[in-house]
Amino acid sequence: MTAGLTLDHIQIDRAGRPLVRVDAHVAPGEVLTVMGPSGSGKSTLLAAIIGSLDPAFTCRGRIWLDGRDVTALPTRERRIGILFQDALLFPHLSVAGNLAFALPRGVSDRAGRIAAALAQAGLDGIGPRDPATLSGGERARVALLRTLLAEPKALLLDEPFSRLDADRRAQIRAFTFDIARANHLPVVLVSHDPDDANVSGMRTISPI
Amino acid sequence: MIQPLRAAPAVTLVLMALPVAAGLAATLVPAAAPGALAGLLAWPGLPRAVTLSLTTGLASTALALALTLLILAALRGTPAFRLLVRLLSPLLSVPHAAAALGLAFLIAPSGWIARALSPWATGWSQPPDLMILNDPAGIALILGLTAKELPFLLLMALSALPQTDAANRITLAQTLGYGRTAAFALTVLPALYRQLRLPVYAVLAYGMTSVEMGLILGPDLPPPLAVQVADWMTEASLTRQGTAAAGAALQLLLVLAALALWRGLEAATRAALVRAATAGLRLPALDAPARALALTLAALLAGALLAGLAGLALWSFAGLWSFPDALPETLSLSTWTRAAASLAQATGQTLFLALSSAALALALTIACLEAEHRFRLRPAAPALWLLWLPLIVPQITFLPGLHRLALTLGLPPFPATFAAHLVFVLPYAFLSLAPAWRAFDPRFIPLAASLGATPTRALWALRLPILLRPLLTAFAVAFAVSVGQYLATLLLSGGRIATLTTEAVALSSGGNRRLIGAYALLQMALPALAFALALALPALLFRNRKGMAA
Repeated sequence: MTAGLTLDHIQIDRAGRPLVRVDAHVAPGEVLTVMGPSGSGKSTLLAAIIGSLDPAFTCRGRIWLDGRDVTALPTRERRIGILFQDALLFPHLSVAGNLAFALPRGVSDRAGRIAAALAQAGLDGIGPRDPATLSGGERARVALLRTLLAEPKALLLDEPFSRLDADRRAQIRAFTFDIARANHLPVVLVSHDPDDANVSGMRTISPI
Repeated sequence: MIQPLRAAPAVTLVLMALPVAAGLAATLVPAAAPGALAGLLAWPGLPRAVTLSLTTGLASTALALALTLLILAALRGTPAFRLLVRLLSPLLSVPHAAAALGLAFLIAPSGWIARALSPWATGWSQPPDLMILNDPAGIALILGLTAKELPFLLLMALSALPQTDAANRITLAQTLGYGRTAAFALTVLPALYRQLRLPVYAVLAYGMTSVEMGLILGPDLPPPLAVQVADWMTEASLTRQGTAAAGAALQLLLVLAALALWRGLEAATRAALVRAATAGLRLPALDAPARALALTLAALLAGALLAGLAGLALWSFAGLWSFPDALPETLSLSTWTRAAASLAQATGQTLFLALSSAALALALTIACLEAEHRFRLRPAAPALWLLWLPLIVPQITFLPGLHRLALTLGLPPFPATFAAHLVFVLPYAFLSLAPAWRAFDPRFIPLAASLGATPTRALWALRLPILLRPLLTAFAVAFAVSVGQYLATLLLSGGRIATLTTEAVALSSGGNRRLIGAYALLQMALPALAFALALALPALLFRNRKGMAA
């Protein structure tokens, strides 16, 4: 079994014209950065990896996760987490409610797990708060915790730091990569910010 | 689980289109009977009734549309405009019959306007013998239709406006030296009207054929064609059925002819706008008078509606109120206590029909929109036309036949009436909910799936709660539409279900203003309550969630 995420000769076409071509393996704890200008199909690649590609696109190739072919699986069974540009915290739930949404059904002591996760991220006690009252950095960290509580086997990042201000960006970026490394998650980062690639210090490819 | 959802859009369209098509056929077939056409042509009131249908429909539509556009062109961004927008939903939720009755109370010879001016200005100590209401030219009817359709068109225009990039286009045109009004007409109107076309057709068809507005505000002898056809249709004797069917067929042709004429006017207006734009007609001098005109007319119509409704409420609590006093001498609850039993019964019937039809309409709408999302269906243009079909085909041309079909099928009054309400309630529920549903952040659902949520969980735990406010608003809209149904209830129940609306319209020809006031007040209170709940409930449930504030 090959641990990690394998993008095996992935090619995404739109109206018969190739938009994205990627062939790569991302080992656990490794970060693969896909760099390219906007409109180059970076987010389309992530949609294909989680299985929510718009039918206007066709995708060839296979996606392997820890030795399992997930290409035909629905999004919810792939166990691939994703973070978007915006934190996209569910506005009708509290912070704890957002985290509980992600926690798998069978987990006992849900409140305890959530409190522990918040404490680990330096966010003690914000569980009952309204997500709309959090700072940008807090929101980004809660979004990351939410993704991790679903126990993903890989992590996709869709320019998740671009909306943060410069000094917070470095801090959240380091926090995210540290956690991904500690959890041995293969990470695919799409970005147009060269800093993201430099800091991640890893392989950088272009979407085509 | 998956298959029924996939079928939801088709089932919903059939539930709307089939009753219209089958009802239309069943209504019109008897028109082919021997003597049917002759019976219609023998009616001496025919030329006048036809003229009235055309003049009241075309005039009220043109006025309501012109004023809608004038308000958008001249007032957008002003405090008066914001006030008007806030009044829109309450005004829109008032049933047609209540609005017409309120207006009738206002402008009648013994109404509020005459009282306010008497005797000091007019010298009247008795109500004058003037045909202000039910005037033979149909002016009161045109006024009532215009006032009632203005909020509808304005709301439709407001929801279409963001797609036209209006603010940027107007600013750009203004930097080129165009006046506001000209900028709106030349750069925004063509794009806006494309979206407004179907609502305008619905307003035109309704204006030409409204039975309840025609009964309350329109002329009597002869009335507009639709009122007369409804009268023949509900006559106990069967001898008039052929005449009625021929009248319905003629009414359908009239509406089609008016729509064709309107399309011609659209093309002519479009050509004129293009000419004006290529000629560089900037017309900055138009802005000040346009603003004054828009303000005056909007204030007059909104004021008339609101004053009329206040008058209805006051009459229901009035004790002694003699002419020309502006206010009653005493207030009393005796109207309400005396009629309590029948008021309560009509309220119960109204609520039952409105709650059940709105609930089913909302469920079907949600199923359609969820199917559209899950199976990535693209709604085709014909589906949009079918959605508007029940609002454009005149009620009087398909409801009588639908009633006949219901009798043939042995359908009891309640299910038959319920089905007819659903036909009118569904399009409004869909039109109200669809924009919010489609504007839902498309990233939420794949995000939830990546966290392990099933589509069903994403629907119930995320989309529906986040969309609670638009869901409740759509429910309130559907509820209000059902409360306001007159002809559908009257015909399909065979007169055996008495709702607040059918009772209020039935009373309108009599003189008991206090009782009319009580029915009409309840008739507008129910939708108002539904809209209030649609605002209050999400605000209460999500009082600690700033992200949920609309």
